[in-house]
Amino acid sequence: MIDNHILATVLIQLFTAILQLVFWQKTLTQRILSVLGSTLAVCFSIELFSKVFTGETLVMNAAGWQAPFGIVFVADLFSSTLVVLTSLAGLAISLFSCVGISKPRLDYGYFPVFHFLIMGLTGAFLTGDIFNLYVWFEVIIIASFVLMTLGGRKTQLEGSVKYMALNILASTFFLTGIALLYGLTGTLNMADLAVKIREIDNPYLIEFAAIFFLLGFGTKSAIFPLYYWLPSSYHTPPSAVAATFGGLLTKVGVYAMFRVFTLIIPPSQFMQNILLFLAALTVLTGIFGMVNKRNIRKLFSYLIICHIGFMIGGLALFTKTAFLGGITYLIHDIIVKTNLFLVAGLMSFMRGSANYDNLGGLYKDYPKISLIIAVVLFSLVGVPPLSGFWPKIYLFGASLDANAYLFFCALILGSFFTLSVVIKLWSEAFWKEPKNREKLVDKFTVLPSKKKVFLILPIGLLAGISLMIGLNIEFVIQVADRISDELLDSSSYIQTVLK
Amino acid sequence: MSSIILKTAVRYLLPILLLFSIFLLLRGHHLPGGGFVGGLVASIAFVLHSFAHGTENTLKLLKYNPIRFIAMGLLLAACSMFIPILWGYPPMTALWVDRMIPVVGSIGTALFFDIGVYIVVVGAVLNILFTISLHSH
Amino acid sequence: MELVLVVLIGILYATGIFLILRRSMVKLLLGIALLGNGTNILIFLLGNIVKGSPPIIGENVNILREIYADPVPQALILTAIVISFGLTAFAIVLLHRVYAFLDSDDLDDLNTPDEDI
Repeated sequence: MIDNHILATVLIQLFTAILQLVFWQKTLTQRILSVLGSTLAVCFSIELFSKVFTGETLVMNAAGWQAPFGIVFVADLFSSTLVVLTSLAGLAISLFSCVGISKPRLDYGYFPVFHFLIMGLTGAFLTGDIFNLYVWFEVIIIASFVLMTLGGRKTQLEGSVKYMALNILASTFFLTGIALLYGLTGTLNMADLAVKIREIDNPYLIEFAAIFFLLGFGTKSAIFPLYYWLPSSYHTPPSAVAATFGGLLTKVGVYAMFRVFTLIIPPSQFMQNILLFLAALTVLTGIFGMVNKRNIRKLFSYLIICHIGFMIGGLALFTKTAFLGGITYLIHDIIVKTNLFLVAGLMSFMRGSANYDNLGGLYKDYPKISLIIAVVLFSLVGVPPLSGFWPKIYLFGASLDANAYLFFCALILGSFFTLSVVIKLWSEAFWKEPKNREKLVDKFTVLPSKKKVFLILPIGLLAGISLMIGLNIEFVIQVADRISDELLDSSSYIQTVLK
Repeated sequence: MSSIILKTAVRYLLPILLLFSIFLLLRGHHLPGGGFVGGLVASIAFVLHSFAHGTENTLKLLKYNPIRFIAMGLLLAACSMFIPILWGYPPMTALWVDRMIPVVGSIGTALFFDIGVYIVVVGAVLNILFTISLHSH
Repeated sequence: MELVLVVLIGILYATGIFLILRRSMVKLLLGIALLGNGTNILIFLLGNIVKGSPPIIGENVNILREIYADPVPQALILTAIVISFGLTAFAIVLLHRVYAFLDSDDLDDLNTPDEDI
């Protein structure tokens, strides 16, 4: 069905960013605009989701050009779900940034760049054209470079060089893959590509293009051999920025992988085996990285890698149960990972550091806030009523069905070690009596209560959503079920776009 | 860097280059040219001015911070992209006024989009170059 | 013509990857730029090079009669060039700042043991 309004969230983020550029260095106005814009975006994204959920896949032909020739934007259930989650995470981060980002960073245009980043993410989810996807990826990485370097401390700049070099390299691989696909088929529209790829009788050429996509998206989503940039850069920028990166940027790589490897190039047995092997190794490297970390932000960086493996494994098994698990995990992970970095920011606000040596006694000082944080950590681990539990059940089942024992072991180990690091975090940061209490720099207690609200509200909001996902799991699984059906059988997507 | 030849040349080159950039901007609908190229030519004119007279003087000549140019250009381009929605067309549809206007040619949303791109390019290029040149001194 | 381009792409990719693997930051930057150019030429090559006229339909005809050049690869390359222009400009400024901090061009010096934040 044609609907010209599916870009509404992109439009809102764009205009928020532009208005903030107009009000350059007027930080109060920028803060108000940011919260307003993000709230509006959430409303419109929920409207889009309900339209797609109750109706059917929506399509917009840019400038009225018919599908294979112009650029199309497609809102199917997968895209619109991710748009809702991105907007929610964006709202939380924008609230947190109002207090969590220092004045010099705001003066150098933190907020406009942040909204350009969220715009890029929403656009990447909604586009139905592979080259357009590349352009949105570039919007995302340019904005993320600026956010990462903004403020310019030494460690931050060092992290940025690694981040920049590997991400540009990944984009080049992605572009090479696009060039190969265009050479093979002469089209860039994803639905049209899906049709034409199936007519090519040389599977090796397609495999070759698929490898390039794997390299490009794999670097962006930090899977096993390509993840080195993530732990060496994600702990350097301020927490609000790290939350954007950790919660959303790696997930757009996972989304792109799901989209390309289901719609355009369904993986051969060879590719599935490679993906499954890489997924298991990604989980294992995440474990090896996180067990000995004493800085919570580094710990969370490795947790991201570990859990990326779960989703990639869900894609690699390529059965309906596995997709169900992978997509439910993606939905849960966006919210929880964003929240984790916000929590890390709050904790370092309270203790002046994110290291175990300086943390401690948080439960004694802030019992109520600790309770909210406990919800976040429990849903990360996957304690039954909370959101992380259900997707893992599906993933376990799917890997046993497919006799993928390596991945099954990796899953068990990954869940177990997530639990163990979270227990360690809890005892070190919340229950342990801090070593030298008089030396602690508690920047949180001295804040006026209005500012405290801005730090706690986003964490509470996202924790509430995690709780909602856990309690309303039937609804989420219903959504994920329909998404997996759409991914496994792309004929309705193709028909809607190429009509 | 203060060469009398360059300074005198820039006095004549600046208006000519700016005029040429506007010419490129306006012919861009059907012939080679357009907002991006026009913007680059215009920013080269200002870069030349900054070579001759120093970056600070060029910033004074511009009156506004290059960031303002980016904001204004983006605003214009984004508006002309999304205005067709109000008439029920998909975004980025080109809507044209029927009557031709002398010199400018036909007027439509595409023209305003191009003008927006022109301003953004001027702002962005000058912003990048001035940041580099002000840092290296 | 195709053969020349294929060789050129090979050279650009090879030199690009070689330079990225070096330790110097400037060479890293040059390597990324060369790799980007190689990709652009790859798009150009895979878009089928023909000796033809521009794909503009004349005023009194409805379809293109002659062999025409595919405009899509050119649009893609133009977009990619503009993007890489922005990325390269940003990278130069970033590396310049890093150089000012470290006083070194060596990528191995980028590992300041982090004091905890």
